[in-house]
Amino acid sequence: MQNKYTDWKQALRSGLLGGVIVVVLSLIGIVAAFINTYVIHDVISLGELLILGPVMALSLTAIRKATNKQPGFLLLTAAISGLASGLVILALAGLGQVINLRAMFLNASPDLYAIYAYQQAPIPGLLLRLLVCVIVSLLTAGFTLLPARIKTALGQGLLYIVVIGLMGRLITMMLSNWGFVAILFQWMFAANSLSLIGAIVLFLLTAGLAYWRYGRPKVKRITDPKKQKVVRWGTLAGLGVILIFLPNILGLWFSEILDNVGLFILMGLGLNIVVGFAGLLDLGYVAFYAIGAYTIGVLTSPELGFFNWTFWQAFPVALLMAFISGLLLGLPILKMRGDYLAIVTLGFGEIIRILVLSDWLKPWLGGTQGIQRIQRPVIGIEGVWTRTLTSQQDLYYLILAGIIVVAFVAIRLRDSRLGRTWMALREDEDVAVAMGINHVATKLTAFAMGALFSGIGGTLFAAKIGSIYPSSFQFLVSINILSLIIVGGMGSIPGVFVGALALIGLPELLREFAEYRYLFYGAALVAMMLTKPEGLWPEARHRLELHEEATPPPEAEAEPATENA
Amino acid sequence: MDNILVSTKVTKRFGGLEALSKVDLEVRRGAIQSIIGPNGAGKTTFFNCVTGFYTPEEGEIIFNGHNITGMSPDRVTHRGISRTYQNIRLFKNMTAIENILVGMHPHLKSWLIGAIVRDPRTVREEAEALKEAYRLLEYVGLKGRGDMLAKNLPYGEQRRLEIARALASRPQLLLLDEPTAGMNPSETQAMVHFIQRLRDELGITILIIEHQMRVVMSISEKITVLDFGRKIAEGTAKEIQTNPTVIEAYLGRGAASGLGEATAQG
Repeated sequence: MQNKYTDWKQALRSGLLGGVIVVVLSLIGIVAAFINTYVIHDVISLGELLILGPVMALSLTAIRKATNKQPGFLLLTAAISGLASGLVILALAGLGQVINLRAMFLNASPDLYAIYAYQQAPIPGLLLRLLVCVIVSLLTAGFTLLPARIKTALGQGLLYIVVIGLMGRLITMMLSNWGFVAILFQWMFAANSLSLIGAIVLFLLTAGLAYWRYGRPKVKRITDPKKQKVVRWGTLAGLGVILIFLPNILGLWFSEILDNVGLFILMGLGLNIVVGFAGLLDLGYVAFYAIGAYTIGVLTSPELGFFNWTFWQAFPVALLMAFISGLLLGLPILKMRGDYLAIVTLGFGEIIRILVLSDWLKPWLGGTQGIQRIQRPVIGIEGVWTRTLTSQQDLYYLILAGIIVVAFVAIRLRDSRLGRTWMALREDEDVAVAMGINHVATKLTAFAMGALFSGIGGTLFAAKIGSIYPSSFQFLVSINILSLIIVGGMGSIPGVFVGALALIGLPELLREFAEYRYLFYGAALVAMMLTKPEGLWPEARHRLELHEEATPPPEAEAEPATENA
Repeated sequence: MDNILVSTKVTKRFGGLEALSKVDLEVRRGAIQSIIGPNGAGKTTFFNCVTGFYTPEEGEIIFNGHNITGMSPDRVTHRGISRTYQNIRLFKNMTAIENILVGMHPHLKSWLIGAIVRDPRTVREEAEALKEAYRLLEYVGLKGRGDMLAKNLPYGEQRRLEIARALASRPQLLLLDEPTAGMNPSETQAMVHFIQRLRDELGITILIIEHQMRVVMSISEKITVLDFGRKIAEGTAKEIQTNPTVIEAYLGRGAASGLGEATAQG
């Protein structure tokens, strides 16, 4: 009996929490803001989803936590939870009628109450709202009682509807580049969201697929090394083809995003060497980006009129400058570790930015006005065929080429003696030195290589923008690069790609959410770090005994070999 | 006599505390010798002076006829001294084989360009290093554990991996800091045999720090006893066992009977 009692209380608590979440979301304004952002056109909007989502989620929590697992009981638990949530929502609406909440909460408007009441008169409308809360909670409970296979299928189907529905605007924008192919998909979308028929088809397809795939082995592991090779090269070739046509598939707007993501991948790969491999926390990394960009600017801009070189003449000089400045930064901080190192590098980054801004260097670096009319890179052979790379799509290929080279070098470095040396230094500097490692040479190489990669990023940035300003090289850029490494997975090369896509690409895609995008983005980051603290794609050093080398099972060898001495 | 390591009047101070005072020690080439003493006697400090972690204030350390006093740790390792640590200090997030490969650092040459270009010499060097590393792994009885992260290995295996890593630099002198710490009697026995085997098969001179006297009694050619940074006795196991200063300083007053028991087992 005692047991049952606690379950009621727990259901009530969950429900109240769900209601409170809805109220908070309402008061910060996102419910009303997205009430016309449809997931399925004229059927359900993001705003409505923001009301029902928390209610359902907390019902689910109540059901999960319930000790009595009888179906009837679970339905009752969900109903209590849903009712509690609904009552909290109603309480806000009621309170709003009695006192003027708008003095404190700008968003506690009649509009919001109308949304709560489904645009009906208050009494029947709010009762309907209450009923809906209870019904969705009951549906949630019903959902948990289904067999696992159907649950998976339904869940997948709904997930796809929400994701595709929310990305409706982006998808229709992308489709506009496809010409006649777009017609094939047009019926699925209506006014930047899924059409009802589109949603039904999508649901049937994805749920059906999930139902069919349930319980089947995911992908057969290919053990034959020859086949493995074929598969690997096939995947690479496929990826290559996709990457080549990506700007055409996605259109101009996406290409711009891709370019930005690409530049951050370049810098991420560089910083990953310093922070991820060698474990040296560098907060002034943007300095090398600036050095690369400014070297190109000074050497090529006719506005300053010093050199007037072409991009490709200036390019190696810029890389050399970045490399050397990496070495120079490395020298004074060899003995520093951890936090101290971070502070000093931060200072270095600021020094470079302030130098660039200063009046003293204005004749050479342009001060706040920056440098304009930077020469665009020209490819081809003079007199035969040449092309000046100016558009986002042109630069995409240049950046892609840069990434391929840099990623290749990064992988090679990681798998070499030098890479091992960096990792040993990261793990335990004292012991690494006791292994005969010269920490001076090792650290300087890490700094210089990191700086070089960032320098490449800087040159391409200058080529892409055509003009550079000190404000492009804020401290925040260093933090962004560091964050993308952490989000992707410290020391992991694929992690840099995933991290850059998530941190640089995603906020652009979230433009749908207007001024709330950084709110969503921040919430997503916090959630990610809580659920996957090791990063989205952590370094694969956990292959364990799967390696071909391990012929006999380790257990057979476990007894000390010293016994037979 | 051919001594591989000679320390004369080595003194190390930390502030007012004299962690080592005028320690003379000679290690004969090809021997297994031990340094024993109670906690805080200065044993590990002595190791740190030899390996270059500390620079002694006075005295000098001669290795193979060369003065290595105050030399940086990496250069000492290049000269042929290698060590393990009392509280195992592996590169925890690297695999067992990578740990050994890092140990082989002094004998490999490739650097930045080699890593990127992968010229034939680098490829050959890496292949040979990997083969050697697997051989070492097998030698210490960790065959098949190569791809496991060091931190995931059981305690005893971590100890052996640390020795393998130390061996990877092909040292002439191996310093083992409490190699049997935390082991039960049979594991301890196995480790003692293993140390003996290292000397016999690889011809490495071994200097052991031990806390428990009975561990080193059977294998040490010579035992040096430190207490409060001073050398209080030196000699064969028998001489040390019967030395009244040692019994008093090392085991405390009235513990002589306990020592008798311990040596009976050792």
